[in-house]
Amino acid sequence: MKTLNQRAWFFVLPVLVLVAFNALIPIMTVVNYSVQETFGDNLFFWQGLDWFQQILRSDRFHAALGRQFLFTGLILAIEIPLGIIIALSMPRQGFWVPVCLVTMALPMLIPWNVVGSMWNIFTLPDIGLLGYFLNHTLGIPYDMTQSPIAAWITIVVMDVWHWTSLVVLLCYAGLMSIPDAYYQAAKIDGASSWAVFRYIQLPKMKTVLTIAILLRFMDSFNIYTEPFTLTGGGPGNSTTLLSIDLVKIALGQFDLGPAAAMSLIYFAITLLVSWVFYTVMTKGDTN
Amino acid sequence: MQVRYLIPLIYILFLMLPIYWLVAMSFKTTNEILSGFSLFPQTFTFENYAAIFSDPTWYWGYINSIIYVTINTVISVCVALPAAYGFSRYHFLGDKHLFFWLLTNRMAPAAVFALPFFQLYSAVGLFDTHLAVALSHCLFNIPLAVWILEGFMRAVPKELDETAYIDGYSFPRFFVQIFLPTIKAGVGVTAFFCFMFSWVELLLAKTLTAVEAKPIAAVMTRTASSAGYELGLLAAAGALTIIPGAIVIYFVRNYIAKGFALGRV
Repeated sequence: MKTLNQRAWFFVLPVLVLVAFNALIPIMTVVNYSVQETFGDNLFFWQGLDWFQQILRSDRFHAALGRQFLFTGLILAIEIPLGIIIALSMPRQGFWVPVCLVTMALPMLIPWNVVGSMWNIFTLPDIGLLGYFLNHTLGIPYDMTQSPIAAWITIVVMDVWHWTSLVVLLCYAGLMSIPDAYYQAAKIDGASSWAVFRYIQLPKMKTVLTIAILLRFMDSFNIYTEPFTLTGGGPGNSTTLLSIDLVKIALGQFDLGPAAAMSLIYFAITLLVSWVFYTVMTKGDTN
Repeated sequence: MQVRYLIPLIYILFLMLPIYWLVAMSFKTTNEILSGFSLFPQTFTFENYAAIFSDPTWYWGYINSIIYVTINTVISVCVALPAAYGFSRYHFLGDKHLFFWLLTNRMAPAAVFALPFFQLYSAVGLFDTHLAVALSHCLFNIPLAVWILEGFMRAVPKELDETAYIDGYSFPRFFVQIFLPTIKAGVGVTAFFCFMFSWVELLLAKTLTAVEAKPIAAVMTRTASSAGYELGLLAAAGALTIIPGAIVIYFVRNYIAKGFALGRV
């Protein structure tokens, strides 16, 4: 059992100071901007909640938010089951285990803009490996800069390439923590492989799956660099996700007020959805 | 060989294809790239790599990135260690709320913080220094470090602490000589994740630097737009960014899976 000790605050203090410096001051700056109007020269005017109303009613925000939910939904629907399947079929011991782990972890350690550039080079219609293969070998017309569907498929496949390994590693870690005795017992009972998965492996993976879903949700919802490097939000606005739109407003048009209001709404949505996921997935634990 | 091993095999092939293409491109001349499709480099050249290693803007990009990533990893692990110990061993007023608040910072979109960070670090005179980038990356790395370390520390029985105190160890001596060696796998995994997330992040690193501490990622984007798309050079620069990550993974390969499993939600 943990003991009650208020002096434990001293242990936490350095973390608190550093994170507060990085989180509270910037977020207060954002709050400050979100209720004011500026025309430059450090002149600010009180604007109240106008920016929030404007953002919440704007079609542009609704469209970007819709695209963001579609993207995140697709990512979770593909990466989570795929990650589980790959983790289940991986070898459990021997020489190939570290080989698998190292090669699978590799995409996650590539800087995000390099991931974007890499996929750009990979999918160029006439000189990229994938682009050439699709266009000239299979005869499927494919050009990300022309077709929104091609652009969407590409950013989704890129994210699957980039992050499925995270789900795989987490699930694999969960699977490795199952004692052999469980499998032996299942074998004696004559359990089918589905039953083994449903009643032994899945429950054991629940914690790590919760982490996987939360991390994949947060990161795909906040994604910026990779799709921006790959498509720049185009063609048209078809792949302009929330972060890309936000940076366009904040740093491109320098509309600080609307950008700040949008930031806060964005952050609130991320928090809310994460909290819902967390509550739903850990509901059974207390019983 | 069992049939089910085909699944990871195909997956790994899928992972390697774009990487192969990047590396193949980096050994091609610009002419060859633009003249058409070829699966292997026809005229194998080191020109692109030579260009990077002879231009200070390029190789300083790498050095800058490695400097701030290292500073960040050291800071994150050092401050997260006592905090994780506090969370894993004691109840205190507001501990659960504090833990959750820390994690919410992991959820903040970097795009939200880009502009305020620029103003904050300009105001304190740290703009365009390695320290600024390292500190800003603490925003998401410290919560992660606390989270992972707390999981590892919780797995260590409390009796270890108590026995050490009975044997007359002071807290600092116990922590450094007994506790740290017990959780050294956890420290390794934590350092790995801090390294990883700081190394791959671009938006904040780019916003907080201009010349002196410009990360490799920013050098790449500026080259891509200014030098008329030299694909070979870009590919070589990209291929080089994979190396530090690959080295780090190799060192922690036996701990990666374990580190994930012990984190708590």
